[in-house]
Amino acid sequence: MSALLRVERLAKNYGGLQALRDVSFELRAGELVAVVGPNGAGKTTLLSIIAGAQPASSGSVSPPEQRIGWAPQQPALYAKLSVEENLRLFARLERIADVQGAVERMLAQAGLQPRAGEPVARLSGGNRQRVNVALGLIADPPVLALDEPSAALDPSQRERLWRFIATLLARGTAVLFSTHNVSEAQRYATRVLVLADGRLLFDGTPAALKGAAREGEGEDEGEGEDLERALVRFLHRHAPETREAGA
Amino acid sequence: MIALLRKDLLILSRSRLLVVLLVVYPAVIALLIGFAISRSPSRPRVAIVDETLPGETVRVGRERVEVRRYAEQVLSQVQAVSVATRAQAVAKVQSGSVLAAVVIPQGIAARLESDTVRARVEVIYNGNALEQSLVQSTINSDLAQADLRFAEQIEQAAASAIDGLLKGGTLSSLGAPENLIGLREIPATLARIAAAQPRGHTRKELERVKAFAGFAAQNLTLSKQVLATIAQPIGVSSTLLHGRRTPLNRFAVVVAVSVSLMFLAVLLAAGSVALEREEGALARLLRGLVTRAQLLAEKTLLAAGCAFVLALALLAGIGAFVALDWARAGLWVLALAFGALACGALGVAIGVIAREVRAASLLAFLASLPLAFLALVPAGAVSGGFDDAINAVSFVFPFKATLQALDAAVNGASPPMAGSLAHLAVLAFAFALLARVGLTRPE
Repeated sequence: MSALLRVERLAKNYGGLQALRDVSFELRAGELVAVVGPNGAGKTTLLSIIAGAQPASSGSVSPPEQRIGWAPQQPALYAKLSVEENLRLFARLERIADVQGAVERMLAQAGLQPRAGEPVARLSGGNRQRVNVALGLIADPPVLALDEPSAALDPSQRERLWRFIATLLARGTAVLFSTHNVSEAQRYATRVLVLADGRLLFDGTPAALKGAAREGEGEDEGEGEDLERALVRFLHRHAPETREAGA
Repeated sequence: MIALLRKDLLILSRSRLLVVLLVVYPAVIALLIGFAISRSPSRPRVAIVDETLPGETVRVGRERVEVRRYAEQVLSQVQAVSVATRAQAVAKVQSGSVLAAVVIPQGIAARLESDTVRARVEVIYNGNALEQSLVQSTINSDLAQADLRFAEQIEQAAASAIDGLLKGGTLSSLGAPENLIGLREIPATLARIAAAQPRGHTRKELERVKAFAGFAAQNLTLSKQVLATIAQPIGVSSTLLHGRRTPLNRFAVVVAVSVSLMFLAVLLAAGSVALEREEGALARLLRGLVTRAQLLAEKTLLAAGCAFVLALALLAGIGAFVALDWARAGLWVLALAFGALACGALGVAIGVIAREVRAASLLAFLASLPLAFLALVPAGAVSGGFDDAINAVSFVFPFKATLQALDAAVNGASPPMAGSLAHLAVLAFAFALLARVGLTRPE
């Protein structure tokens, strides 16, 4: 299966600070890939460069940003506009031929029809996040980048969000998401990317990450090991400087 | 860009309090400034103590002027409050019910007529430095006018007396004999008498007297001109170099409209740019949905358009009360459009720099208010270096250029409108460029 997203040797410098260093990976249709790592690892920078919200210092991303949907960590919505008006505005800006059709499709997919006329300012955090994701999907992109999509949600809202994302995966959309919630990555992601200090340290399944964490160590907690503990062990071995960062 | 513009207008229409503030606040500020400029200074209340005897007059030349009536005329720039005694006047000044008191002493008429003693009035005042300054300058101005009027009357009386001496006739007011010979006639009369005399000592003496009379007549004629010059040594002749003379109330209209235009354009542009960042939408928009230049152009057009409509409505509304030349309406539109664009560009630059709506609004407000006041400081009203600094600040911000363009459009005032429009176009470009550079900073 050919890659829907190809990231090659991506680097980003802020003055003397290297936020990303030679990051390369691919994403295929129907894949749900989690980007995990300690604070300051470069997760948000990576997703915002992929989405075209900021330029890379070097390296490349294909396809171009217009074909990648993006939902930033803080919902980027106009609070005074209704859900429907927000969707319509971005459908127009995306130059979608059938604006009304796209708006109705997203309202239905995100389960926001009952809230269509409500100002965003009055929505709960979970519903705002759904509108935020819906805006990223309005142009029906093959790839969706979500920056900590469940960070501000309660458990039931999180559950609803992942059900919504599952419908996208079933349609062949590739989803890349960053998260601090490693159990979420363990539960939903087909692959995990581990970033630390701007470097991509691991690219594989959650089970493979557990295996990599156990490599060379006597103790073996087997398949039952928690992915979070495995990630911490992995980071301590491959990025010891992250101990101080609290990973 | 149309979609963004429509979105911003929709958001604006739902922010009713903001709209009311954006329209009402600048309009009120503008009208206050306009009112302050166009209204003549209020007359300070001054107590007058007239200690002269009723009907006492002073003789100036041939005329006798009643002191009481003359005092009323002299103190025309104050709101006179008559009091009977000096003590009452002092009490009123101390209580603050009047800003000052003027005491016209008994015997002032005799002093005015005297050639050796100067007439004096007493001024009693109180209050803070500003009030003291107002009273002093008003009374000094009144007394200077009075001195001038006295000098004119004395000059007229003296000129009339000189005329009598030169022409002769009946000069009853001087107590002269009937049918007095005029000085100018004396040389010719003496010449005739001398011609009838035999050559000798008497004829020679007559010719000497004739030469003196001719010389005296010539110098007395000159002395009339000298008297006029002494009475008013400096005359004023006004020449307006460019444009038309602008009535103060029409200039006040221009100031009021320019202030409204600037406030609305700058505040709205700064706020709308900062709002995109605060809502988190800026990054989403700039990932290929709109270019930075399009976004800045949309915000500038939004702010400039709203400010233009408000300013034009304000100008037309005021036009119902102040006589404006409606034939120049095309020029108004041009001046308002350029001014609105330049102020909108300034607002956009502020919005990009400030990043937050509250900071942007505060910065826009803090920048606009002093700019308006600095632009209204008359040239040369402050010391040289400060004047240069004010001119430099006014030059690099669009308010003064907008004021000049609108003054030229409404009143035909100088400098010519084309220069101001070019200045505004350059400023609009410069601020747009500054905003564009500011928008490339990382989030």
